[in-house]
Amino acid sequence: MTLPSDATGASVGPAIGTLPEAVVEPAAAGGPPPSIWPPVTRPVLIARIVIGVALSVAVLYAPFYFPPETNRVLSQALYIAIAAMGLNLLTGFNGQVSIGHGAFFGVGAFTSAILMVDHGWTFEATIPVAAALTGVVGMLVGFPALRVRGLYLALVTLGMAVLFPRVASKYVEGSGGVALLRPARGEFASLIEPLDDDQWAYFVCLVFTVVLFVLAWNLVRGRMGRAMVAVRDQEIAAATVGVNLAGTKVGTFALSAVYAGVAGSLSVMVNRIADGTNPILYFQLSIEFLVAMVIGGAATILGPAVGAFLLVLLRRNTEDLIEGKEILAPAIFGAALIAIVYVLPEGIVGGVRRLLARLGRRSTRAATPGASGPPGPPAAPAAPPPESGRQTDDSTNRGGSDDEGT
Amino acid sequence: MQLFVEQVINGIANGVVYGSVALALVLIFRTTGVLNFAQGEMALFSTFITWKLASESDGAGLPVVAAIAISMAIAFVAGAVIERMLIRPVEEARSPLNVVIVTLGLFLGLNSVAQLIFGTDPQQISSPFPEGNVELFSSGGDAAVISKATIGMILVLLAECILLWLLLQRTKLGLKLRAVASNPDSARLHGIKSGRMLMLGWAMAAAIGALAGALVASSPQRAGFDGSLMQTILVYAFAAAALGGFDSLLGAVVSGLVVGVADALTIQYVDALDGIEVVLPLALILVVLVVSPNGLFGRRTVERV
Amino acid sequence: MTADGNLLELRGVRGGYGPVQVLHGVDLAVEEGHVAVVLGANGAGKTTTLRAISGMIRVEGEVIFDGHAITGSSPEAVAEVGIAHVPQGRGTFTELSVEDNLLVGAVNRTDDRVAADLERWYEVFPRLADRRRQEAGSISGRQQQMLALARAMMARPRLLLLDEPSLGLAPLVTRELFAQLGELNREAGLTVLVVEQNANLALEIGHWGYVLERGRIAVQGSAGELHDDEAVRTAYLGF
Repeated sequence: MTLPSDATGASVGPAIGTLPEAVVEPAAAGGPPPSIWPPVTRPVLIARIVIGVALSVAVLYAPFYFPPETNRVLSQALYIAIAAMGLNLLTGFNGQVSIGHGAFFGVGAFTSAILMVDHGWTFEATIPVAAALTGVVGMLVGFPALRVRGLYLALVTLGMAVLFPRVASKYVEGSGGVALLRPARGEFASLIEPLDDDQWAYFVCLVFTVVLFVLAWNLVRGRMGRAMVAVRDQEIAAATVGVNLAGTKVGTFALSAVYAGVAGSLSVMVNRIADGTNPILYFQLSIEFLVAMVIGGAATILGPAVGAFLLVLLRRNTEDLIEGKEILAPAIFGAALIAIVYVLPEGIVGGVRRLLARLGRRSTRAATPGASGPPGPPAAPAAPPPESGRQTDDSTNRGGSDDEGT
Repeated sequence: MQLFVEQVINGIANGVVYGSVALALVLIFRTTGVLNFAQGEMALFSTFITWKLASESDGAGLPVVAAIAISMAIAFVAGAVIERMLIRPVEEARSPLNVVIVTLGLFLGLNSVAQLIFGTDPQQISSPFPEGNVELFSSGGDAAVISKATIGMILVLLAECILLWLLLQRTKLGLKLRAVASNPDSARLHGIKSGRMLMLGWAMAAAIGALAGALVASSPQRAGFDGSLMQTILVYAFAAAALGGFDSLLGAVVSGLVVGVADALTIQYVDALDGIEVVLPLALILVVLVVSPNGLFGRRTVERV
Repeated sequence: MTADGNLLELRGVRGGYGPVQVLHGVDLAVEEGHVAVVLGANGAGKTTTLRAISGMIRVEGEVIFDGHAITGSSPEAVAEVGIAHVPQGRGTFTELSVEDNLLVGAVNRTDDRVAADLERWYEVFPRLADRRRQEAGSISGRQQQMLALARAMMARPRLLLLDEPSLGLAPLVTRELFAQLGELNREAGLTVLVVEQNANLALEIGHWGYVLERGRIAVQGSAGELHDDEAVRTAYLGF
């Protein structure tokens, strides 16, 4: 069962990202299988184009409309989305649970900050270096991670996040003698004069978010993506069909670390600070990435973005909601988290998909069967047929074959 | 030598604390398969309740032992309720990460609600153990001492371990608990009310946590406690539980002691790690797990395709 | 038992998994002391039928055991009534020892013959006796199947539900297993409902057979008839 089943060392993976077993049960129903998405008829296509255009316009115009403070918050949501996507690749699609991605984030942040403050680099130039460095660190962590299973991995990564600020504070010295770096405004290359700092920051974050998300989308749909999911769901079986387990797992680790590292770099631009003095900051960040991923929808493409925005929104608003009883803010935040996960176990994207499926089924009755497959980013690449056995009593049994035919 | 012994004793005193919380963590894990990040805060809340019951100035003024017992009973019920209302519905959606989120939500919620209800000032609980120290030996200088409270805690911890072991391994109820932890659906097919067993697991762990919290808070080495009581302890407790393999109760306790002692010795003797002593328990976990992936005491299970 | 000697009856059972309905009106009956076999292709609804009986899924229609309706009961309640279900995948408690697994089977019994039964099953399956302290997850598939059977029997059920017991087992082992089942039925009068893809062996020990197709009973008859009827064999049973 669950994350657990791990006293035995089994590979841990959320059951998310696999098609709901309802879709897997075939023609026993005596009709065409229900499709997840509404069929691509003309009205749907038009609706999608309209929504897409409207969204793009809104996103591009936003920084000119909002005050700098809001833009800062939006930029934060963007880089958190990037980090959450990185975590999503590792945990959602590949099944390796990490609650320490804050550490990679920190590595990226400090790399950028140090290069700028101590060596006078321009910000944009630091990003590739930060990415490369975090990638290497990710790989270094990924190798021992091969030997450590599910829940232990979670704990070890937790350790990383707790450790990072201590290590940083020991080896990094900023202007106050503490590990606090504040790159001055002039150290950022401002390529476009008419833009204010906050707007420029927003656009840089936006560009990176879009690029990295599209990259992730392509990855997930391709061979690597299928390998990742195969390793998550049935590691041993995947190995027997030739998937390079170590390569996939370490590679995914490194890649997800890169995402977090880039997010860290961006955070330096947005917040003008790399903070090594707060002992639980990177732990909190790790949790935030995890939360963003889960409430948005793990193993989906849009999930991390949706989750990140919701997270930032929640945080701001719980702070505003309670005057005088600020101490309650974490409680409300915590309650909101629990509520979301209660009501939408597959995250928001997952929940929306279910809703559409229900609506779609009503209109699919008369529509042509065999409508085209999932339009837009697919939920998850074709996973090996999930054993509906997962939902029943056989899930932890490994002594026999569990290929289920009803 | 003197210093060494003192540090070891210090380490043991801390280690007993880590071991107690680790025990609760492993118990929940072994009976329900959940990693409960809120364990520390649940214990914190219970500790505040104990304080309220025992305090003569602000509360009911009950004898400490009675306060602890009542608080444990309350925790028992609360643990069962939390499992039924918050954990089970989310777990039934079969996503382990969602359960993690819920426990994190609890972590945040309990901590802040506790501080809201009970205030943010540090409070005191008097120790249920006799005051004073026990001399271990003297080597020319001052004697090395260990406080009676620490000895008391060790004994309590040992008693908990033995009782739990007896329950799990030698009773029908224990068999049911273990069966449900292993394969809840199959257990139901054999007539075991899985739901009740899950609630029982959480209830017991919550009670143990309450006991641990109260004993820690009342420790003579501390000047009282406040909302931050459990936060570092939890990390160390997780380290201890992981070290012990997460499926061995005794392992959790022993590992707690190991972590405590190692931590104390490192602080004392290794300057290079000054300020980052927490590296040690974490590095220890990493090394142990890489060498022995199921923890020191964990059982290895052969996996068949 | 109902008036006509049926220990178990299903009437118009419909159900499935959420939006996907698998059973579309299943009617079957198992006489006390008989072995009933349910056959059919993958996806026909065999496992779902068993789950409907043991309460693992919600269904419409009626499930009647020993004259009482048990439709909608929870799995625990169904077990207490005297039905033992050995699921596909065997439901082994992998972290528990073999002996503990067997004891779980008897966990709701209050009589004092549990230890005697335990020994008896060790005699029937000596390989299990050799491994009684071993972790159940580490024994072979065939032994886990034996373990599952023994564990179910430790509850001294009146009705045994078996879901594809031959899955993953070598033919010789399957033969042995069915031989055991046959003996249990003959000597202890155990009523068995077995769902199988391996029609040949199952029909050999069975009394009555059903063929399930797309959620409905397509054909039924005595096991001997089904076994010998060529049309049925080629159309449904593949041998």
